[in-house]
Amino acid sequence: MFEYMGDRISNAIKNIRGLGRITEENIGDALREIRMALLEADVNYTVVKEFINHVKEKALGAEVEKSLKPDELFIKIVKDELVELLGGDYVPLETKKNPTILMLVGLQGSGKTTTSAKLANFLRKKHAKNPLLIACDIYRPAAITQLETLGKELNISVFAEGTTSPVQIVNDALKFAKENHHDYLIIDTAGRLQIDEALMQELKDISESVHPDETILVIDAMMGQDAIHVINGFNEALTLTGAILTKLDGNTKGGVALSVRHLTNIPIKFVGDSEKLDGLSEFYPERMANRILDMGDILSIADKVEGIISEEEALDTAKKMKKGTFDLEDFLTTFKQIKKLGPLENIIKMLPQARKMGLNNINIDPKDMAHVEAIILSMTPYERKHPEILKASRKQRIARGSGRSVEEVNRLLKQFEEMKKMMKMVSSGNMKMPF
Amino acid sequence: MVIFDKLKKIVNKKNENEDLAKTEEIYDKGLSKTREEFVSKLSLLGIKYTKISEEYFEELEDLLISADIGVNTVFSFMERLRKRVSTEKIQDTKMLNEIIVDELFIIYVNNESLTTKINMNENGPTVILMVGVNGVGKTTTIGKLAHKYQQMNKKVMMIAGDTFRAGALEQLKIWADKTNSLFYGKENIDPAGVIFDGLESALNEKADIILIDTAGRLQNKVNLMKELEKINKVIDRVIPGAPHETLLVIDASTGQNGIMQAVSFKEITNITGIVLTKLDGTAKGGIVLAIKEEVDIPVKFIGLGEKMEDLQTFDIEEYIYGLFKDLM
Ligand SMILES: Nc1nc2c(ncn2[C@@H]2O[C@H](COP(=O)(O)OP(=O)(O)OP(=O)(O)O)[C@@H](O)[C@H]2O)c(=O)[nH]1
Ligand SMILES: [Mg+2]
Repeated sequence: MFEYMGDRISNAIKNIRGLGRITEENIGDALREIRMALLEADVNYTVVKEFINHVKEKALGAEVEKSLKPDELFIKIVKDELVELLGGDYVPLETKKNPTILMLVGLQGSGKTTTSAKLANFLRKKHAKNPLLIACDIYRPAAITQLETLGKELNISVFAEGTTSPVQIVNDALKFAKENHHDYLIIDTAGRLQIDEALMQELKDISESVHPDETILVIDAMMGQDAIHVINGFNEALTLTGAILTKLDGNTKGGVALSVRHLTNIPIKFVGDSEKLDGLSEFYPERMANRILDMGDILSIADKVEGIISEEEALDTAKKMKKGTFDLEDFLTTFKQIKKLGPLENIIKMLPQARKMGLNNINIDPKDMAHVEAIILSMTPYERKHPEILKASRKQRIARGSGRSVEEVNRLLKQFEEMKKMMKMVSSGNMKMPF
Repeated sequence: MVIFDKLKKIVNKKNENEDLAKTEEIYDKGLSKTREEFVSKLSLLGIKYTKISEEYFEELEDLLISADIGVNTVFSFMERLRKRVSTEKIQDTKMLNEIIVDELFIIYVNNESLTTKINMNENGPTVILMVGVNGVGKTTTIGKLAHKYQQMNKKVMMIAGDTFRAGALEQLKIWADKTNSLFYGKENIDPAGVIFDGLESALNEKADIILIDTAGRLQNKVNLMKELEKINKVIDRVIPGAPHETLLVIDASTGQNGIMQAVSFKEITNITGIVLTKLDGTAKGGIVLAIKEEVDIPVKFIGLGEKMEDLQTFDIEEYIYGLFKDLM
């Protein structure tokens, strides 16, 4: 039903391939496709209009250079324009004040409570902060319990006072923070509609009482055209300092990112990309543009890997691969590290051209992965280092131990050998990596 | 203009029928924000352009897009409209307002007889399973449904099938207490397990209505969708033929992704209807028109607030009437 933006745009610009010049006529189709694609990505319709006009103007005025073909030039213009729309100056999160006060606001169900916990986790890890979570959602049933449970899980303090007024809670929390040396305060507020005057007043009251250094709108990446009313509503009442886009691990294209940035100039500071408490990533306009244009997101993968696999480990593995001494023991370690990256399909989807290669809908059954692990775990450490000694009887024992068949054991060993050969080739420079 | 007459009839009936008037009032209140902007823009458009022109069509298209009606649906709608304008030689934009209502109605109804009735089990408890992406309002809707059935003197039981999100069990428990419903929940076991035990307990207690909450899941997460499959199997094993209703909850502010949600959930479970929540905001929930057209799932209920009374049976005529009232 949905074709992806990147595919559609590249189809449309096929027409201008081979032509010497960009003219109004020969980009007409491409512009129409881009308009449709952006609308399907939920980009605000006024932004779409402006975007199309800019691209058109730039494309017509552009000198076709020797180095770029017209279609490449056109894609470049589209991408640059997208990045510009998403970008602007990146304003990092305020972290210097002691204490820093950050307040999260947004609609019901946008993900504020989970994001509060993720932020606390992030600030402790990356900025060595001692954060305090403040439970100010006094309305939604069990909202306080939810925050307390997350706090316990992370071993981060949560300040709660039942259903006392939020202004009171925040002031008491400030005192508590001073006494207990918390240097970063994160206020989780109840979800509300931007048209609910009474509840918007409550936020203003909190804001005037403690003057947060950051007031951040948490917004669902799946939002449609109504997003702009929400963003404007909150921004007019509170003067937002940033936004966090949640649920980007879904298959939404997240056009709302373009709207936030372009229509209100509020910087997007983070994106939420998993339900886990480390599922918070910094926002990079370039990567987002690439994701939208289906150019892959190698940088995000690199970042993820970096967070989980230490450089030493990676170097060590690379060395072994090169020398061809990479054994099943190493394979198991790598395998476990890859598993920590989360569902493999999410990683594969970020690869450039994943859709073209038909990999975007790939299903990797976690069971298959578990089977591989079970087989290797049923080998003795010696066998893992010297798989060549595995003969029929040993294989039978391993199969029995792992609850798999001997054929599966054989298949795994064969694949491992092939993989080793490939690694040698890649690292000896006889073959280029696909990216 | 058959449908338009129908709508007018509703307006007239309003004076005759007290009960209906009450429903309409609630619709009216909940949808007022939704309607205000949309209708005032459409009437403004009629003032700005008395004669139909290309600019008029363009602005109309923007207006429909801004209601999240769905890009494909809007484009094919515009095509039909253009055709009618040229074959019926319509020039006046006022005339067109009626056709617009007409055509929108046709998209949704499409010559079918639609029902918002909940499929009740004649021989035992009726099981209603709630599914949807994160934060759309599944748990709250269970509270609202429980209240509705409680008022019909049914014995309601809630089962906490969300064993993942922190505080989910407690949240549902509070709703059970508020609505005097029975409750079954247990921590640290998998959802299929809780649901199995909960259903057995509901059978023992002779509950009439069983409402099952599930964790929010994004439709592209293979494992979570598989889990849902398993949940369905377990339900059918304990009570053959159940669930009798599987309701997909969709937030009215959802954009084009709503279509993919409907497609993916329908692939896994037999979705029998949609609950469109948060219509008390400014979002227009137009994506349900596209979902009906492209995936053929009707809306059964709408959510108009956070309280247990804030649930209404969906009525397409009133929905469209709500959107266009000021035009008539
Ligand atoms: N304004 C408004 N808010 C609603 C409506 N329905 C639900 N909510 C609110 O939306 C928020 C999320 O609702 P939940 O019922 O927890 O949603 P859920 O789908 O169960 O969420 P998860 O279990 O986290 O996936 C709560 O704050 C509800 O009060 C509605 O019709 N209108
Ligand atoms: Mg829930």
